[in-house]
Amino acid sequence: MRPIFAATLLVLRRELLLALRRPILVVQPLAFFAVVTALFPLGYTPELGKLRAIAPGVLWVGALLASLLALESLFREDAEDGTLEQFALSGQPFALLLGAKTLAHWLLTGLPLTLMAPWLGIALGVPLAAMPGILASLALGTWTLSLLGAVGAGLTLGLRRGGVLLSLLTLPLAVPVIVFGARATELAIAGESLMGPLYLQAALAVLGMTLAPLAAAAAVRIGLE
Amino acid sequence: MTELVVNNLHVFRGERHVLRGVSFALSAGRCLQVTGANGAGKTTLLRSLCGFVEAENAELRWCGRVSTFNDHEYHAELGYLGHDAPLKGDLDARENLCFAVGIRRRVSAADIGAALDEVGARDFADRPVRRLSAGQRRRVAFAQLQLGQSRLWLLDEPTTNLDIAGQHLVRDLLARHLAKGGMAIAATHQTLHLEAALLDRLELAAGASA
Amino acid sequence: MGTTWTWFHRFGSPPHVYRLAGILTPWFAWPAAILIITGLYAGLVLAPPDYQQGEGFRIIYVHAPSAWLSVMIYAVMATAAGIGLIWRMKVAHAAAASCAAIGAWFTVVSLVTGMLWGKPMWGTYWVWDPRLTAQLVLLFLYLGYIALRAGIDDLGRADRASAVLALVGVVNLPIIRYSVEWWNSIHQAPSVMKMDKPSMPIEMLAPLLMMLVGLSLYFAAVLLVRLRAEILNRERQASWIKEVVE
Repeated sequence: MRPIFAATLLVLRRELLLALRRPILVVQPLAFFAVVTALFPLGYTPELGKLRAIAPGVLWVGALLASLLALESLFREDAEDGTLEQFALSGQPFALLLGAKTLAHWLLTGLPLTLMAPWLGIALGVPLAAMPGILASLALGTWTLSLLGAVGAGLTLGLRRGGVLLSLLTLPLAVPVIVFGARATELAIAGESLMGPLYLQAALAVLGMTLAPLAAAAAVRIGLE
Repeated sequence: MTELVVNNLHVFRGERHVLRGVSFALSAGRCLQVTGANGAGKTTLLRSLCGFVEAENAELRWCGRVSTFNDHEYHAELGYLGHDAPLKGDLDARENLCFAVGIRRRVSAADIGAALDEVGARDFADRPVRRLSAGQRRRVAFAQLQLGQSRLWLLDEPTTNLDIAGQHLVRDLLARHLAKGGMAIAATHQTLHLEAALLDRLELAAGASA
Repeated sequence: MGTTWTWFHRFGSPPHVYRLAGILTPWFAWPAAILIITGLYAGLVLAPPDYQQGEGFRIIYVHAPSAWLSVMIYAVMATAAGIGLIWRMKVAHAAAASCAAIGAWFTVVSLVTGMLWGKPMWGTYWVWDPRLTAQLVLLFLYLGYIALRAGIDDLGRADRASAVLALVGVVNLPIIRYSVEWWNSIHQAPSVMKMDKPSMPIEMLAPLLMMLVGLSLYFAAVLLVRLRAEILNRERQASWIKEVVE
C-alpha cells in the first residue's frame, strides 16, 4: 500500500500535468477577472479617487466569481470518466485525495488570481504599497473559497445547471470570507495595519482545511452512487 | 477454497427494489458471469460490491472473514473496470498507468512497460489517450487492472465495442488471471469464451417496483 | 439499551410517525392559536407605545419572534437532516424537507416586518442593518437548500446531499452572523432595531414571549401537518397506505 503522502503528491502532480497540457483552461478565469474589473470604471466613473473607494469590493467579488467558474469542473471530469471511483477504491483516505485536488485547483486558479489582483488594483487607483497586504489577504481568502467550493462542487456533481446551483450554494457560505478579506484589503489600501482581519481570515482557512475536505468527501460519495 | 461469499444483498435505487436478496459464492480460479436484461441490476450489483452504492442488510465474507463493502483491505484486493476506461484523454497510456496505479502501490517504468506489452498496447503507449480507439483504450484499462495486482476483478461489459481480436485478448487475460488463482465477476450478456468449467452463472431477473 | 433502541426504531417508522403526528397536531395548533391571538391583542392594543419609536415599535411583536424562529428552524432542519444521514432514517429526512419552506417563510416575514419597521424611522425600506443583512443571508441559505433538493431527481440522493448542505450551513451560521455584526460595527452603519431586553417593561415583554411561544407552537403544528403529507408522498406505494386511506 502506497504511503498516504506519496499518493496525495501523485494526485497533485497529475492535476498540474493535466493543466500543463491544456493551459487555456487556466487562463480563462484570469481573463474573466480582468474583464469584470474593467467593467466597473466603465459602469461607474473613470475617477481613480472614487474607484479606490470601491476597489476592495470589486477585487473580492471578481476573484470570487472567477473562482466559482473554475470550481464547476473540479470534480466533473473525474466523476465522468471513473477516476473518482478509482480514488474511492484505492484504499487511501478519500478526503485527502480530494483535498489534493482542491489544493491543485487553488494553485491553478486562486493563486494566479491573487497574483493578478494588485495589478488590477492599480487600474482602480490602488497604491503599490498596498500590494503585500492585498496578496496576503487574497491568498488566504481564495484558498478558503476553494475549500468551500469543493463542498459545493461535490454536492452538485453531475446535475444540470450545476454551475448556477454551485454558486447559489457557495456564495452565502462565503460571506465571512468576503467580509474579512475586503476589510483587510481596505486597510492595506489605506496603509494601515491589517493584522486583525488577516488573523480572522487565517482562522477561517484553518477551519476550512479541517472540515471542508470531510464534507466534500461525503458529498462526492453521495454523488457517485 | 471459497474466497468471496455474498449473502442476501438488497439494494434500492430510489423506490425501486433493484436487487432482492442476491447471494453467491466464488472460489479462487473461477469467474462468475452475471447476466440479465437491461435494467436488471448488473451494474448496480458490481457497484454495490465496490461500496459505491449503499446496500441494505448484506453479508459479505472475504477470505473467511466477515467484512463490509467499504473495508480498506477488501478494496486493496479489488480491481474495478466500469463501462468506460478511467483514463485521462490528455495523458498518454504510460502516464495514465503511472498515476492510476501509483496511488495504490509503487510501480516502476519497467512494470508499466511489461504490462503494456502483455495487453499488446506497446505501439500506441505514447499517444494521448484521446486519440486512441475504444478497443485500444480497453487494452490500456486491462493493463491497469493487471498492474493493480488485485485478486478480484469486477468487470462491467468487458467485451463491448471490441473486435474479435480484442474479445480474444480479454478471454486470454481473464484465463491467465484465473489460472494464477485470481477471481472475476463479469457482468455481460456476451459470451466470454472461457472454459465452461471455470464459469459460474448468476441470472438477475428484472425487479418490478416494490 | 434494548428498549431504547426499539423506541428509537419505532420512532423512525413512517406509519408510526404518521399516526403520532396526526394525534399531536391539535395539541400544538390550539394553544398556538390562543397564544398568538392573545399575544397580538396584548402587543398591538394593550401594551403602551415605545416612548422613542412610537406606534411603529409594535411591529417587534411579529418581527422578533419570526427572526428568532427562522434561525431555530434552520437548526431543527439541520438536526433532523443529520439524524437522517447518520442513522439512515427516512422519516428524519422527510422532517428536514418539511422544515425548509416554513423556515424560509419565517425569514421572509422577518425581513418584510424589518423593512416596514425601518421605513418610518429612516425613510427608506432597506438599510444594511446587521440583523436584516444576516436574515437576508439566512434566506439565501434556505433557498440554496430548497434549490439543491429540487435539482436532484433521485430522492435518496437529494435527501443525503441536502443533509450535508444543511450541516455545513448550520456550522457556518454562527460564523456568518458574527462576521455580519463585525462588518456592521466596522462601518458604523445605523442600527434599526434597538431592543434593550433588560429595560423592557413587563407590558412589552409579556406579549413578546406569548408571540414567541405561540409562533413556535404554530411551527410545530405546521411541521407535523407537512410531515404527514411528506410521508404520504414518499410511502405512496407501501401497503400500509391503503389501510390509512380507507
